[in-house]
Amino acid sequence: MAATATTPGAPTSRLGKAATEFDDRLIVAGPVRRTLNKVFPDHWSFLLGEIALYAFLIALLSGTYLTFFFDASMVEVEYEGEYDPLRGTEMSAAYASALDLSFDVRGGLFMRQMHHWAALLFVAAIVVHLVRIFFTGAFRRPRESNWLIGVVMLVLSLLMGVTGYTLPDDLLSGTGLRIISAILLSIPVIGTWAHFAVFNGDFVGTEIIGRFYIAHVLIFPAILLALIAVHLLILVKQKHTQFPGPGRTEHNVVGNRLFPTFAGKATGLLLVVFGVIAGLAGLVQINPIWLWGPYNPAQVSAASQPDWYIGFLDGSTRIFPAWDINLPGDYTIPALFWPTVVVAGAMFTVLALYPMIERKLTGDTASHHLLQRPRDVPVRTSLGMMALTFYFWLMVAGGNDVIADKFDISLNAMTWVGRIGVIVLPPIVYVITYRICLGLQQHDREVLEHGIETGIIRRLPSGEFIEVHQPLGPVDEHGHGQLAYGGAPVPKKMNQVGGARRAIRGFFTPIEQPSAVELEQQGEGRGLSAAEGSRELTSSGRPSDGGRPSDGGRPQDTRD
Amino acid sequence: MSTRDSHPGSTGGADTPGPLHGGPDEDYTPEQLAAMSREELDILGARYDGVEILHVDPGPEPGSRLEKRAVRQVGWTFAAAGLSAFLFLVVYAGSGWFLPEWNWAREGTTWSAMFNPLLGLFMGLSLTLAGVGLVLYTKKLLPHETAVQDKHDGSHFDRVTTGATLVGGLHNSGLARRKLITRSLGFMGAGVGLMLIAPLGGLIKNPNTGNPLGRTNWAEGVRLVRDDGSPIRPGDQEPGSLETVFPAVAGGNLQPDAATMLIRLRPEQLAADRPKPGQEDYGYGDYVAYSKICTHAGCPVSLYEQETSRILCPCHQSQFDVTQGAKPVFGPATRSLPQLPITVDDEGYFVARSDYPEATGPTYWNRERI
Repeated sequence: MAATATTPGAPTSRLGKAATEFDDRLIVAGPVRRTLNKVFPDHWSFLLGEIALYAFLIALLSGTYLTFFFDASMVEVEYEGEYDPLRGTEMSAAYASALDLSFDVRGGLFMRQMHHWAALLFVAAIVVHLVRIFFTGAFRRPRESNWLIGVVMLVLSLLMGVTGYTLPDDLLSGTGLRIISAILLSIPVIGTWAHFAVFNGDFVGTEIIGRFYIAHVLIFPAILLALIAVHLLILVKQKHTQFPGPGRTEHNVVGNRLFPTFAGKATGLLLVVFGVIAGLAGLVQINPIWLWGPYNPAQVSAASQPDWYIGFLDGSTRIFPAWDINLPGDYTIPALFWPTVVVAGAMFTVLALYPMIERKLTGDTASHHLLQRPRDVPVRTSLGMMALTFYFWLMVAGGNDVIADKFDISLNAMTWVGRIGVIVLPPIVYVITYRICLGLQQHDREVLEHGIETGIIRRLPSGEFIEVHQPLGPVDEHGHGQLAYGGAPVPKKMNQVGGARRAIRGFFTPIEQPSAVELEQQGEGRGLSAAEGSRELTSSGRPSDGGRPSDGGRPQDTRD
Repeated sequence: MSTRDSHPGSTGGADTPGPLHGGPDEDYTPEQLAAMSREELDILGARYDGVEILHVDPGPEPGSRLEKRAVRQVGWTFAAAGLSAFLFLVVYAGSGWFLPEWNWAREGTTWSAMFNPLLGLFMGLSLTLAGVGLVLYTKKLLPHETAVQDKHDGSHFDRVTTGATLVGGLHNSGLARRKLITRSLGFMGAGVGLMLIAPLGGLIKNPNTGNPLGRTNWAEGVRLVRDDGSPIRPGDQEPGSLETVFPAVAGGNLQPDAATMLIRLRPEQLAADRPKPGQEDYGYGDYVAYSKICTHAGCPVSLYEQETSRILCPCHQSQFDVTQGAKPVFGPATRSLPQLPITVDDEGYFVARSDYPEATGPTYWNRERI
């Protein structure tokens, strides 16, 4: 229907007319309205994935800038740039251009450090996001596909990191490359073939920086971008999960509409993430390649460590025993194969398959859109903590030389601490986590049954002292709460149920009328029903008590 | 949310409310819509998208002190963000113009040391403040609404009808009956697929031809030289010292597998020296030469503690004992460092007697066979 000037309600403003013209051609008003109206649940932990997305965007933009100056070539050149201590040194063109980028390009060092920090934050945000998804059960049906895509993106981001920090071809990255080469060689049967395919010959050759470069700037980012698009499309299609709470069911989403609230907050978060990375890029030095010097196969610096996200593999390699397996026919499976290829492969396989494993073990095949509190699923929570302990301990082992040095501990003792800890600690953490979960569950149930401890001690006519409890809802004849646990946080302090007035706003002088605030609060009724607020708090909540305290669930000798 | 039309599928929960894109224009004439207020239209549109606005906390009252304070906070935050952005521009563009040069320099480095931190400070501050301002705006000045959106399961109607279309098309193609086509399609698919990935074969190189993995540039009569190319005489090193040496060939000091440690043993070390069987004569006097490339992951083993005769690899902490044929004594390495047989030539300089008897560097599948 073409809009004419005579149609009632036709736009009269210039902007409105332009919008009509636009919609006449593209017919987007419907989809745009649906998008603007989309409801997003509000919880801080739902922003972790967004942080990963924004960090990726920043890495993409800063990385594109770096490509204007970087030369991924292993041709030997003599450094002639601004940085005096290295002038005249023989080095690869890649390292020379990375130095030029840092010293001869205005703001180039800032961009390089921004790229590095964004990459570190990207992986960190993915890991924290994954941990959130895991512990709240957000991976359950129907979201297994998005879990799987997420794990693949995590692996890709690690590959991005490894190929990225290899590019400058400094002494540290060259040492890392040498270890990558050894890991490739260690694969049984096809190891030497794989190495020759990747490096185009024996270590180090002249091709590898160029090949890593194209993988780092084109192949991996393209796959990542495609997966991010699918990840987000599935998220939009399936809608976001939410924590249980008032009015929240498996069939709805309670929260804010995209426009303007959610869009405002998300854009704000993007800017803050960008700002934090920019601040780090300028103020906190990262990977000062000019201090490492050019790569030389005969040189290494002490405490050579990869970026944090590869630390766990470095640790597993350090603590794995010297177990070569010699097969008949003079074939060998090198010890290096197990802590690198096998450990990493097993960890990511188990991670990727976890939703299927849990479904098999629990028999829970239903769709879930409401999240679980970690305490309510003690086995999963304990398994997760166990896995995190394993991972964290490997990471600690990856820095065992630094720990040994700084704390003056024997290096060999640190290696043994790593070996024993990685076997002993995870089960201990499992048991402790399990007990903590059960304890938290019990406390929730106790508060629901007996009410919140008010801290008020009463003396009964009989001389007995009791603590007054505030029930959270209706109680039965014994004074026991009748509310069932709904998977949502249970208030445990009087202030959380409106026990105290909220503070009057204003820094130097109040900018609100105290009476207005009181009126507003009575009308609101947070947590409890509105009328609850006007009741005497020392009562059990039953008007029939006439202010007499309930016995917190103890059998009572009198009526009721 | 229910819509008033009763088309099949809409009750089954499809997100699209009706056949008309953007809402049922039949139900609401332009006149009706024109009579509605903006708020009513907003709520109506939301309803068609399955969204119910349950509750709206209006923002602070216009003109109230609460609002004025919030406006002040947001406004000043944005202003500070803008100021930081301009300061960034001043530092970025002004360095070398009306500010000192930003370039790295050995002398007078105050401003060049400040340049990068200032860029980070101002850009970080600017963007963070902009984000904080936006969040403050959303939290303090916008109305807070609580909205509920319905979540729909898949529609049975959609499944059945889509299935019918798909199966119908497949049926009409007759592929189930025409076995020849199915088989030739499969054959073709396999062939075309393999053909398309075949060019990757260009990456494959045979690692077993020419044996580059098992060989280095060391050979009979090749001198041991330092990084700067100078040869070494037996008198050049103190007992207990270590020198990294390279084969005296072009580019020998950049050969990834050829780096060698020339170690002069102290007398007590020499007395305790137990070389590998068959390699007792590989040393020369109190000198022994071992490969510097770790047999574990290929890092240069660099840290020599002469009191304990141990060489430590800084990458994964493998430790080798030079008095026991560089046998690994701790850590993840499993093989001894290969020993280079050395002697002295006519001019009195160290030379190799041959290449290493085994492959240097990390272990791999068929290393023993090379």
